[in-house]
Amino acid sequence: MRRVIFVAAAAVTFGAASAFAAAPAPQGDATKGKANFERVGCWECHGHQGQGGNAGVRIADPVPLAWPAFLAWVRTTSGDMPPFTEKVLPNQDLVDIFAYLQSVPKAPDYRTIPLLALQVGR
Amino acid sequence: MARKDKGVDRRKFMAGAAITGAATAIPAGMAARAQTAAQQPTAAFVRRPSTAAAEAEMAGQVDPSPGTLGGPPGSDFMVDVLKSLDFDYVFSNPASSCRGIHESLVNYGGNKKPEFITCMHEESAVAMTHGYYKVAGKPAAALCHGTVGLQHAAMAAYNAWCDRAASFIMVGNRADAATREPGVPTIHAVQDPGSLIRDFTKWDDNPQSLQHFAESAVRAYKIAMTPPHEPVLMVVEEKLQENPIEKGAKPLVIPKLNMVAPPAGDPNAVRAAAQLLAMADNPVIVADRVARTPAGIKHLIELAEALNAPVIDQLGRMNMPNRHPLYQLGGALIPQADVILGLELTDFWGTVNKMDDSFAGEQRLRIKPGTKLISIGVGDLYIRANYQDFERYQPVDISIGADAEATLPMLTEYVRQAIPADRRAMIAARGEKAKKSFAAARERVMAAAAQNAWDASPVSSARLSAELWNQISNENWALVSRDSSLSNWPHRLWEVREHHQFIGGPGGAGIGYGLPAAVGASFAHKQAGGRLCVNIQNDGDSMSAPGALWTAAHHRVPMLTVMWNNRAYHQEIMHVQRMANWRQRDVSTAHIGTTIWDPYVNYAKVAEGLGHVGIGPITDPKELGAALKRGIEAVKMGEPTLIDVVCQPR
Ligand code: HEC
Repeated sequence: MRRVIFVAAAAVTFGAASAFAAAPAPQGDATKGKANFERVGCWECHGHQGQGGNAGVRIADPVPLAWPAFLAWVRTTSGDMPPFTEKVLPNQDLVDIFAYLQSVPKAPDYRTIPLLALQVGR
Repeated sequence: MARKDKGVDRRKFMAGAAITGAATAIPAGMAARAQTAAQQPTAAFVRRPSTAAAEAEMAGQVDPSPGTLGGPPGSDFMVDVLKSLDFDYVFSNPASSCRGIHESLVNYGGNKKPEFITCMHEESAVAMTHGYYKVAGKPAAALCHGTVGLQHAAMAAYNAWCDRAASFIMVGNRADAATREPGVPTIHAVQDPGSLIRDFTKWDDNPQSLQHFAESAVRAYKIAMTPPHEPVLMVVEEKLQENPIEKGAKPLVIPKLNMVAPPAGDPNAVRAAAQLLAMADNPVIVADRVARTPAGIKHLIELAEALNAPVIDQLGRMNMPNRHPLYQLGGALIPQADVILGLELTDFWGTVNKMDDSFAGEQRLRIKPGTKLISIGVGDLYIRANYQDFERYQPVDISIGADAEATLPMLTEYVRQAIPADRRAMIAARGEKAKKSFAAARERVMAAAAQNAWDASPVSSARLSAELWNQISNENWALVSRDSSLSNWPHRLWEVREHHQFIGGPGGAGIGYGLPAAVGASFAHKQAGGRLCVNIQNDGDSMSAPGALWTAAHHRVPMLTVMWNNRAYHQEIMHVQRMANWRQRDVSTAHIGTTIWDPYVNYAKVAEGLGHVGIGPITDPKELGAALKRGIEAVKMGEPTLIDVVCQPR
């Protein structure tokens, strides 16, 4: 909860300085975004599809933060995720990453996957 | 060289043996068996009629020619001592300083109980004893060459130390410079072998006579098997190994082994702990290495059910069945607790605090003010200064220095007594609530598994775990590895019920543990009979000691290794990434020095070269089910098998 408030506050502060902080998100290219996601290392902690694991949370299907908060988070996070400033990850590259994460298809309902459906109640 | 003693009258020696034997009426071979049954009342000391070889000679079973020694070598007696301790295996990489005992093991001892297991690295040999102990519940021996061999073994000894695993390590050495060959044998000799690993062994000795060896070996075994279980080191002096047993000296005697009853907590302190737990609104139990034996699981369940308190499993051992409604993974409940009971925690501080891996390194206490902390464990009874495996200091309200498994029945009884009648309904309701939320949590886990890049290539951790479970759930299976690199998906999806089905992790996080420890554990499972051993193996870790695969093949230990191949030392990519981010420098270079690309290792081929059936690489999750099926069929036919699965990072 505390973190969400922090993100919102950061978005406001950040927003003053950058048109990129505006909602809705600027147009991004998901294909370029996927390449960026791999190149700058998001995949390492979040998985190649942003699915998450014990080194980083799930950040796709759905993307947990709307654009300005997403931008603010990546720029200013100070906990287990290290921040990416504009110097190492230009705004447009991050916009593309955002587009990539949004393009990750929705996972199938587990009830349609026999390996998982059979497990419930067992 | 002083190796050949002058003429010993072989016939007289044998006659003496026969007389001594008759006086005690315990034939040599039986003496060992008599002592290993710890419960059976036997004399405090069992007299040895010199050696079993002499008796065999008397019975006309072996050639009575005196050989060149003029008497049985000392290492034959050492083997008698090992047999008396009921060792099944000696894991070893062969070496000159151990040649005497090596020959005795295979010829005099018949290479049975203990059997010489050929290892390709001393680190692997000790790691095999580590894995073996956690399944068999008793130590295996490792035999290492002086200096260089023990230096190789050191990291595995440290892992076992941190993981509280008993291991009986032996090291060959010749202390007497005047009888040492020059050159390599002298380079490989050391004044004080124990000093190499003394910081992380519980006891070591350098016996100067065979009688000394017998007494110290029995003592070492007993110390290793007293909580906290730890590795011990015995020097096997070359002279003692190779020289004949002294003629006319007092008969050698192997002391009877009797085990130490593990210490249970002080009843007053346990009563005070019970009182806190009984009156708590949100008690939480945290378990790390609690269940030393299957009984530990039962005791933990009884305590949890007496309180209807959730149990957070830190996965140091198989502590509790993961389909029990009170079972929990992860620390989400810590902030809500009003009383936390830590059982055999290595890291109580880390359990109730959080430290970010950020430049600021922010540290936060995760518990609310007034939360009471209780610790039961042997960590408070035994600590060493140099290596920091004791973790940060955490103040607690009640600290009970005792073996948790031995203390749990008393604690549960006191808890039952301490719960006032007017709290019983509330505690029962807590149990009902846990049952309901467990069912809902299970559905959430399945939904999360579907969302875990289910159809992606490389294969996701949830997909691999689900596919594997689908193939083994009806088998008598045992996981011989940890599952943290798979974000614990096996623990989230599988049903882990029996004590032998999970053995925790490396303890010291030293890389190179995984493969040999899995092989060692599989030796114990093979003895237990009919268990399908599954090793989910980190790729980077495997390359520290790939020779362990050969050991499994050579000794016909069937096991399935599924290579969790994320093609990297993945943890380290993330570390380098963090550094680049903190410094705001090129964030696209973290793969340099951390990834295992260009060329990719073809693990199926590596495995084939080491006597395994090799399958893969599998990159498409749709092919995984068939590959696993094929692999399991091969293992069931007795073939150790490796399936290379190219995977997501975690
Ligand atoms: C070194 C590991 C690491 C890397 C690299 C990393 N992250 Fe994260 N990320 C984390 C962790 C851990 C969290 C959760 C941290 C927390 O809650 O404080 C997180 C959280 C997030 C969140 C917030 C999720 C939520 O539910 O609110 C977003 C968005 C995110 N990361 C995006 C990214 C993007 C985009 C990149 C690449 C530009 C990236 N991360 C790179 C570790 C990492």
